[in-house]
Amino acid sequence: MKLRRHVGSLFVVLFFGFGVPVYADGHGTIKVGVLHSLSGTMAISETTLKDTVLMMVEKQNEAGGLLGKKLEAVVVDPASNWPLFAEKTRELLTKEKVDVIFGCWTSVSRKSVLPVIEELNGLLFYPVQYEGEESSKNVFYTGAAPNQQAVPAVDYFMNDIGVERWVLAGTDYVYPRTTNKILEAYLKASGVSDDDIMINYTPFGHSDWQGIVSDIKKFGSAGKKTGVVSTINGDANVPFYKELGNQGISAEDIPVVAFSVGEEELSGLDTKPLVGHLAAWNYFQSVESSENDEFISDWKTFIKDDKRVTNDPMEATYIGFKMWAQAVEKAGTTDVDEVEQAMLGITTPNLTGGVAVMNTNHHLSKPVLIGEIQEDGQIETVWETFGTVIGDAWSDYLPASSKLIADWTDPVKCGNFNIETGECSGQNF
Amino acid sequence: MNHPWRNSSRLITFLVIYVFASLCLADEEFNVNVKQLAGAKLRALPVIVAKLESSGERALPLLRAMLDGALYYRKSDKRIVAAYRTGTGDFRLDDLLQGLDLKVASKREIKKIVVNNRLRGQIRKIIARITLTSKERVVRELAVDNMLNDLNKANIALLRAVRQSEKDGDILSKLDMAIALDDLKHNDSRQIRLAAIDIIDGRLQPVVLNTLNSLLDMDAEGTPVENDEEVRKRALAAREFIELKISFYEVLQRIFYGLSLGSILLLIATGLAITFGVMGVINMAHGELIMLGAYTAYVVQLLLPGSIEYSILVAIPLAFTVSGLCGILIERYVIRYLRGRPLETLLATFGISLILQQTVRSVFSPLNRQVISPSWLSGSLEINPVFSLTYNRLYILAFAIIVLLCLQLVLKKTKLGLQVRAVSQNRAMARSMGVRTERVDALTFGLGAGVAGVAGVALSQLTNVGPNLGQAYIVDSFMVVVFGGVGNLWGTMVGGFTLGIANKFLEPMTGPVLANIFVLIFIILFIQKRPSGLFPQRGRATE
Repeated sequence: MKLRRHVGSLFVVLFFGFGVPVYADGHGTIKVGVLHSLSGTMAISETTLKDTVLMMVEKQNEAGGLLGKKLEAVVVDPASNWPLFAEKTRELLTKEKVDVIFGCWTSVSRKSVLPVIEELNGLLFYPVQYEGEESSKNVFYTGAAPNQQAVPAVDYFMNDIGVERWVLAGTDYVYPRTTNKILEAYLKASGVSDDDIMINYTPFGHSDWQGIVSDIKKFGSAGKKTGVVSTINGDANVPFYKELGNQGISAEDIPVVAFSVGEEELSGLDTKPLVGHLAAWNYFQSVESSENDEFISDWKTFIKDDKRVTNDPMEATYIGFKMWAQAVEKAGTTDVDEVEQAMLGITTPNLTGGVAVMNTNHHLSKPVLIGEIQEDGQIETVWETFGTVIGDAWSDYLPASSKLIADWTDPVKCGNFNIETGECSGQNF
Repeated sequence: MNHPWRNSSRLITFLVIYVFASLCLADEEFNVNVKQLAGAKLRALPVIVAKLESSGERALPLLRAMLDGALYYRKSDKRIVAAYRTGTGDFRLDDLLQGLDLKVASKREIKKIVVNNRLRGQIRKIIARITLTSKERVVRELAVDNMLNDLNKANIALLRAVRQSEKDGDILSKLDMAIALDDLKHNDSRQIRLAAIDIIDGRLQPVVLNTLNSLLDMDAEGTPVENDEEVRKRALAAREFIELKISFYEVLQRIFYGLSLGSILLLIATGLAITFGVMGVINMAHGELIMLGAYTAYVVQLLLPGSIEYSILVAIPLAFTVSGLCGILIERYVIRYLRGRPLETLLATFGISLILQQTVRSVFSPLNRQVISPSWLSGSLEINPVFSLTYNRLYILAFAIIVLLCLQLVLKKTKLGLQVRAVSQNRAMARSMGVRTERVDALTFGLGAGVAGVAGVALSQLTNVGPNLGQAYIVDSFMVVVFGGVGNLWGTMVGGFTLGIANKFLEPMTGPVLANIFVLIFIILFIQKRPSGLFPQRGRATE
């Protein structure tokens, strides 16, 4: 009895803090679903995006809402559990009847949501860089495709730093594997020989990097300039860079360019061993533009913390939300099919001083920035593409997908149209 | 008569004036160059930095500050300063040129001179060239080491010049090596080249192996690049010797990596060896007790902002206390009521682990927290260019063994230890002898939990401090305890080191993912054969 009472009170205390935010229920509201993990391993990255959507909703409501209605955010927690993502999507679409969903981080969570969102004809905005090879009618991809992040970064290494030997290091899951396959094909097409490419995969959250770092050191001591292209996932990065530092490998000797280390991740770690290493994104907080200044100050006010930083997936969320709001105004309704058509070709200013365009393959046009990590956890741009790059749903460097295109306008209206056979396989996932 | 004397005195006067004037001019030039640094564009910096080289030693403090990213300029008067963050968040300014006393400034008053990789590389080379004649041995050696990576004509000429005046044996040997490498490549005399090979024979610097490799390469038609038969033969022999030496040190390096991984496994498993091994409680919250220890290290660091170097030492006893108390609470309020029901214990402790995780997530946010490594735990002890021991791993290895010894001492030499062993061997008997078994249970569990907390402090130096820290280690720790033999601390140690070394020797062949899988398969097979592990517990209690 005594035990039960104690455990009971513990539960009451614990759950008090984690209740899902409750929003005013009312008729005539437009419901915005937020499908980001608030607990579990991915909470570290996804909680921020939930807050970003909430901030955008609040701002939109201050500006009078959409179509004369108020927006209402419906937040669910898929708890970093991939099957739960599908269940929560179903719940959002059938029970809550949301008009749009902003959500997902990992590719596996997106793949889990895809069948449900296509079956129930929902609308998902996916704000994270990913491996490409996909275009669904019901999904808009506002993060970078490989040709908007990985390929330009390799170009920078090759042309500006003069890298001749390549280490492709990644965490063992779908995004690094596909990205590295594309990069390997790209490098070989550029005349890099097999001996000069080293590919290495590690498990999620890998923390014992001694052996791998010393392999990289050995690989890099062959007299040719060596660079590491890292698709190592968030958590494993800290011990990786620490080990690089401890084994005396500096960014001048063997630079590392990372695709998943951003300001948010940097704010939680000792940046000393990372200084000088590179990151490739479509947005840095340090970029100077009036839109960005406004966004940063809005964010700091909203989150009530002057130390919080902004990052690339937040920008992608911002662009996605702005575009969706514009498309709804343009279509005059929140009906998924009409909004989807209205989305194509919509433009909105991005935060780096340019313009984002939603292309007919559901991917954005984005600038690519490469920056060096500074002690204060900010990333200073050292190179950027001239103008924007159109996101490529199907990579040109993989034999299986080089013939495929995605085009959601008439007459093609297909996410994987084979330009040789003129057929649409209709298979999306 | 005193004509010549007067002449020479005139000459001296002239010389003094000349030198003085040129010094002033150099001074002037240096100051002008330094001034340009303030507010210069990143693109313009390499040119300005290159000009600083001519000022020699005077430019050193400035270049070093720039390399460390500590070079700023004051916005009010554009004075170049080095700025270091103090404990309060302000910056302590250091005037690099005149030694004036500058006060502390806030971040708003100064602006950083941003450097990038290319610039850092350039600065490092300039510093190497300037410090080649430094009075300090260590500095000179570092300069020579740095120049080895960049043996162009100008640098070789510099090294040859320095060779004449150098007295220190180690540095001389490195200088000789650099010169020999250049001779081997560019000298025409066969005698000198053969002598050069003798000099570089057995050297482990990567540049030596690379030079030999390129010497022994074939050109596009398949004929050797080197056409002197004798030189080729000697170079081949030298290369084989070097490669043999490298592979020997690589084995040593692997063993160290294995021991280091083993020491971490040992640290995380020692606590479990007590709670699971001695008490028989399947504690799924063990990982979270480790996490609490790591967060204690973080909190201690927050509370002692001025002494990063030592906060980690303060954190060790505190983490033991925090995790230990938490363990006692868990034992007192949950596990005690589930004695003899392993399945329920497992579920309840799993629930506790989730509660602890979410609590930490709410209190500290889901973001990872940084525990800064003190400088004595960074870097590595370089024994030779292919074999080095990183300090953090070295200390953790020693620490793991110390923790194990202390624990063994407590169990074997103290009254508590005696009681713990008595209770674990025969509870009813111990009780009838007057041992307060409930109290002993609580203390034993607290001890195991406390050791887990201490392991957390060590882990905070290696990996992320976040709410999920514990989850990553729970499986490993059970693996080690089961493999080593439940209830046996030495078994845990041997188990930990064996698994660590096995893992590290498998890794280069199979990759880290498969290596983990193989180790798991091995343990499954092993447990089939010997269900009670490497060192099974003997006696009545095991029945």
